[in-house]
Amino acid sequence: MNLVTVSGPPSTGKTSVILKVIEALKLRDIFVGVVKFDCLYTDDDILYEKANIPVIKGLSGSLCPDHYFVSNIEEVVKWGRKKKLDLLITESAGLCNRCSPYIDGITSICVIDNLSGVNTPKKIGPMLKAADIVVITKGDIVSQAEREVFLSRVNSVNPKATTMHINGLTGQGAYELSTLLYDEKQDIDRVQGNRLRFPMPSALCSYCLGEIRIGEDYQMGNVRKIKLGDEDE
Amino acid sequence: MNNMLYNISIRELLQKYPFTLGYFEENRLDVKGFEGNTFIEYLNHFTQEEVEEWAIDREKIIKDLLEYIDKMMDFLGLEDNHNVESLTIIAGRDKDGNPEKFREININKSQIVSIVGPTGSGKSRLLADIEWAARRDTPTGRAILINGEIPDTKWRFSSNNKLVAQLSQNMNFVMDLTVEEFLKLHAQSRMVGNIDKVVQEIIKAGNNLAGEEFQLDTNITSLSGGQSRALMIADTAILSSSPIVLIDEIENAGIDRKKALELLISSDKIVLIATHDPILALMADKRIVIKNGGIDRVIETSEEEKKVLRELEKMDRIIQNMRNDLRNGLSIDNEKLTKQILVPGTNLLTY
Repeated sequence: MNLVTVSGPPSTGKTSVILKVIEALKLRDIFVGVVKFDCLYTDDDILYEKANIPVIKGLSGSLCPDHYFVSNIEEVVKWGRKKKLDLLITESAGLCNRCSPYIDGITSICVIDNLSGVNTPKKIGPMLKAADIVVITKGDIVSQAEREVFLSRVNSVNPKATTMHINGLTGQGAYELSTLLYDEKQDIDRVQGNRLRFPMPSALCSYCLGEIRIGEDYQMGNVRKIKLGDEDE
Repeated sequence: MNNMLYNISIRELLQKYPFTLGYFEENRLDVKGFEGNTFIEYLNHFTQEEVEEWAIDREKIIKDLLEYIDKMMDFLGLEDNHNVESLTIIAGRDKDGNPEKFREININKSQIVSIVGPTGSGKSRLLADIEWAARRDTPTGRAILINGEIPDTKWRFSSNNKLVAQLSQNMNFVMDLTVEEFLKLHAQSRMVGNIDKVVQEIIKAGNNLAGEEFQLDTNITSLSGGQSRALMIADTAILSSSPIVLIDEIENAGIDRKKALELLISSDKIVLIATHDPILALMADKRIVIKNGGIDRVIETSEEEKKVLRELEKMDRIIQNMRNDLRNGLSIDNEKLTKQILVPGTNLLTY
C-alpha cells in the first residue's frame, strides 16, 4: 500500500483536489481510500462515500487535531491494509498553521489557495515548508500576476517542493498530480517507528487541562507571556 | 557552493546573490546585525527555545537556501534559452478512444489559435495537456513538443518557469494595492532590473487597451471590469515569464480586444483563445474544433473569413463609438448611425 498525507488550511480545496485526483487514479485501476481528520465538524466523508471511496472520519474534538492525527496514524494504516487499498490518502486541516503531520519517507502534500493572500506562505510553518508537493488552488479567480507572485513566495519558503496549480472545480491539473502519487514498488505496511518531519507545537498548560478561569493564579505549566515592549523589560 | 555558507559573510553573500534577501524576508530570518558573520554563524545564534518557538529547522534552511540560490541562478542566467519558438500538438484520442482526426498542429510564436466547441467538450483537457507538456501520458494520449522536441521536465515542476499563463473570464484582483504597488510587487517577484520603467510601460500598454484611463494610484480592486482585463493583459504580455498564454474569452465591454491580442503577440507569445465570439475566433490564424474530448477539425482561417472579419470589425467599431458617446454624456441619434452604416446617398449597408 502507498500512503500520502495531505494537509492545508481549512477551505483551501483539499477535498475537491483529492476527489479529482482519485477520479484519475481510478482510470488506472488503483484502489484508493481516504481518512479525513478534522476538529469539530466535517461532512466531507459523505462526499467521498458518494464517489464510492472507502472513507473513515476522525474528529479530534477537544484535542489538537494534528496530535490526534499522529496518535492514530498507525491504526489508520492497518485499516487501509485490511481494506486492501493500493493507496491511502490522509487529509487533515492544519488549524494553527504551525503543525505538519508529515512523516519521513511518506509523500506529503500541502494545499493552499491563491485567495489567501501573498503573505500566507510566510505565515504557514512546517506544514508548507516541509511538504514534498505544494498544490495551489483557486488560480482561476485571481489574476495571472497574483498567481505568479504567490508562486514565487511559495518557492522562496520551500524551494525543493514540486509546485502545481490545480483547479478543484474542473480538475485541471489533478490528473498530473495523480501521476506523482502512486509508486508500484512502494509498499507500506506500518508506520510504527517512523518519524515526524518536524516536532509538533508544545502545549501543556492549565488551559489544555480544562481550566476556564482567567488570571495568573490559574496558569500553570507551559505558559508564555506576550511582549508588550514596556521600558522595564 | 556548500562551503559558501560557512566561509563568507552574509554581506558578501548578499553582494554576490542579491536575491537571497527575498529568501531571508520570506522565511523571517532577520539578519540585521549579523552582516559580518557567516550564515551558519547566524543560524547558530538562535537559542534552543527560539528554534522550537519559531519552528526553525536549521538543516532544512541551509538545504533550501542553497537550492533557492541554484534555482534563481538558473532562472536569471538561462532566461534567453527559454525561448519557445513553436508548440506542436500531436494527435491522441477522444473520449471513446477514437484517434483524433489530424496528425499534428504546429503553432509558432506570435500566432493566435482559437479553440471552439461546446462546454464540456474537452477544452480544459487540451489546455491541461499543454500546461503539463504531455508525453502521451495523459488520458488523451496527446504529446506536446516545444521547438519540435520533447520538452524538458522543468516545464512541469519548476516554479519559475511555468509554460502557460492563463487569463480566464472570472479572474479578479484580490490584493488591496494600488496599480503601482501591485505592478512593482509582480516585477520584484520576476527579478526585473529596471522596475520603474517596466511599470510605466505596462500602464501605458494597459491604458491603450482600456476604454477609460486609469492611474498609478488607482486601487486595483476599484478598477472597472474592462480596466482590470486591460491591466491583466498588459501585465501578462510584458511581465509574465510564460511563453504561452491561454485566454478564456475576453468580454466585449471596455477593452479593445484586437489591440489586446496584438499586444500579446507582439511580445512573442503564443496565444490560444477559447471563444465563441466571431471577431476573436476569426482573428486567429487557425481554429481548433473540439468534440467529445478530441480535436475534431483544424480550420485555417480562409480569405473569405478574413473578409467577414473586417466587416464584423466595422460593426464592432460602430458599437464601440456609441458606447463612448454614452460614456461622454452625448445623445444617440439616428442620423449619425445612418452615416456610419449606409453608403452615402443610398440605402445600402456599408457592410
